[in-house]
Amino acid sequence: MAEHRVIDARGSFCPGPLMELIAAMKKSAVGDTFELLSTDDGSAKDVPEWVNKVGHAINRTERDAEGVWHIVVQKMK
Amino acid sequence: MRIVVVGGGMGGTIFANNLARRIGSELRSGKAKITMLTASDKHIYQPGWLYVALGRMMPDELEREQASLLEPGIDLHVDPVETFKLDEKRVITKSGKTHEYDLLVIATGSRPVPEEIPGLKETAIHCYSPEDALRFYDTINQFKGGRILVTVGLPHKCPMIPLEVTFTLYDFMKDRGLLDKTEFYYTYPIGRLHSLENVGKWAAVEFERLGVKTETFFNLKEVDRDKGVVRSEEGSEVKFDLLVAVPPHRGQEVIERNGLGANGWIPTDRHTLHMEGPHGENVLVLGDTTNIPISKAGSTAHFEAEVAAENVAALIKIGRPVRTYDGKVFCFIEAGKDRATYAMFTYQKPPEPKMPNGAVHAFKMAYNKLYWASARGLL
Repeated sequence: MAEHRVIDARGSFCPGPLMELIAAMKKSAVGDTFELLSTDDGSAKDVPEWVNKVGHAINRTERDAEGVWHIVVQKMK
Repeated sequence: MRIVVVGGGMGGTIFANNLARRIGSELRSGKAKITMLTASDKHIYQPGWLYVALGRMMPDELEREQASLLEPGIDLHVDPVETFKLDEKRVITKSGKTHEYDLLVIATGSRPVPEEIPGLKETAIHCYSPEDALRFYDTINQFKGGRILVTVGLPHKCPMIPLEVTFTLYDFMKDRGLLDKTEFYYTYPIGRLHSLENVGKWAAVEFERLGVKTETFFNLKEVDRDKGVVRSEEGSEVKFDLLVAVPPHRGQEVIERNGLGANGWIPTDRHTLHMEGPHGENVLVLGDTTNIPISKAGSTAHFEAEVAAENVAALIKIGRPVRTYDGKVFCFIEAGKDRATYAMFTYQKPPEPKMPNGAVHAFKMAYNKLYWASARGLL
C-alpha cells in the first residue's frame, strides 16, 4: 500500500528541500507520495524541474498563508 | 539524574564533557551520573580523513583514546547498545548489561553505504574511513591522467566534501604536472553546484576558472565498471577514468533495528532536540542521528551538543531548559591546498561565503589540532 510522507524542510539551507526530497524518494516505493514543506521560494521552481526530469509526478503545488510551500510529489518509477 | 549517552563520537563526547563541566558538584555528590556507552575505545576526528586521502596527514594523528578525552566522573563503557527499551527507560548493551536512565542521549552517527549503488563500492574511491582514505591516496598517487569524475550520493555526511575533494585534487594533480593530461568532471544531485545557493554560485565561478566541467541534476543510479561509466537516475551517462565518490549514508543499523527511525535517522524536534513521539521527553538526539533537515557535519553535532548540555545542566539545577537550537552550522570549505573559505548559517540566516584565502586555510589546519579541545568541551 502506497505511503504518504511529509518532509518538513522548512528553514533548510543545507542540504536543502530538494536534496531532502531526493534522499527520501530513493528509499521509497513506486506510488508513494511526499509532501515537501519548504520556506525556500526556489523550491517552487527546482523541485518541479527535477521531478519532470526524472519522470515522477507533481500532484500539487501551493503556498499557504504563512508563506510555506507545500509540494506534493508522487514516485512514478 | 541518571544520564546515559549512547555514542562516543563528536556529539556524544562534546555533550558529556560540556555537561560534566557544568555539573561537577552534582556529579561529586551523586545527584547526577553520566554514563557513556560506545562501540570503540578510540575517538576519531573524521574531518581529517580528507587530508589522509591527500597524503597530508597520517591516520594516527586523528585518533585519541576515548578515555583520555573524558572529564573525570564520566563512566565510560566500551560496550555498544544493542537494544533500546524506551518504554522502560533502559538500554541493553552488547555484553548483556542493562543501564537504566532518566535521560537518554542518542548520538550514534552515520555510516557510508556505497554498496547501495550498484558498482559504486567496487569502483570508486572515497575518504570516509582511515582505510578508504589510504586507498584514495594510493589510487591518486598512481594516477597518470584521464577523466576524474566526482559524483555525489544522497544523503551524505559533510556537505562541503564534494567541492573540497575537487579543489584539492585539482591542486594535487597540478603539483604533479598532470593537469594537461587530466580532465575534471563534477556532478551534483540538484540544479546547481552546491546545496547552499551562495556557495554554488561561488563554486561555478571557480570551476569555470579551473576548467572543471559540470553536470547538475545527476543522481547516482549505477556504475558500470567494465565500461567505465556512471549512469544517473535522470538518464545521463558519464565516462570516467577515475571515479571519486561521496557515497550515500544511512544512520546506524542499531537505530533501524530498534525501530527508532527510518534509515537510521531518528525523528527529532529541530529546536529542543528531543526525540519526537511518546518517549521523547526522556530522549535527546544529537548530530547525524537526527532527521533534522540540516547538514550532517561535525559542527552541527558540536553546536547541538552545547545546547543540549546547557539545557540538561539547567534541568538539574533549576528544573527547566534555557535554550533552543537555532540550526547553527559552521563549515570550513577547502578551496585548494592552501586556500579556504567557510559557510556559517542557521535555520533563519543563509550563509554568505567570502572569497577563499590563505588565512582561513591556516585556521582550518589549526582547528584540525584544536579539535581535541572541542572534544573535551573546552572550545
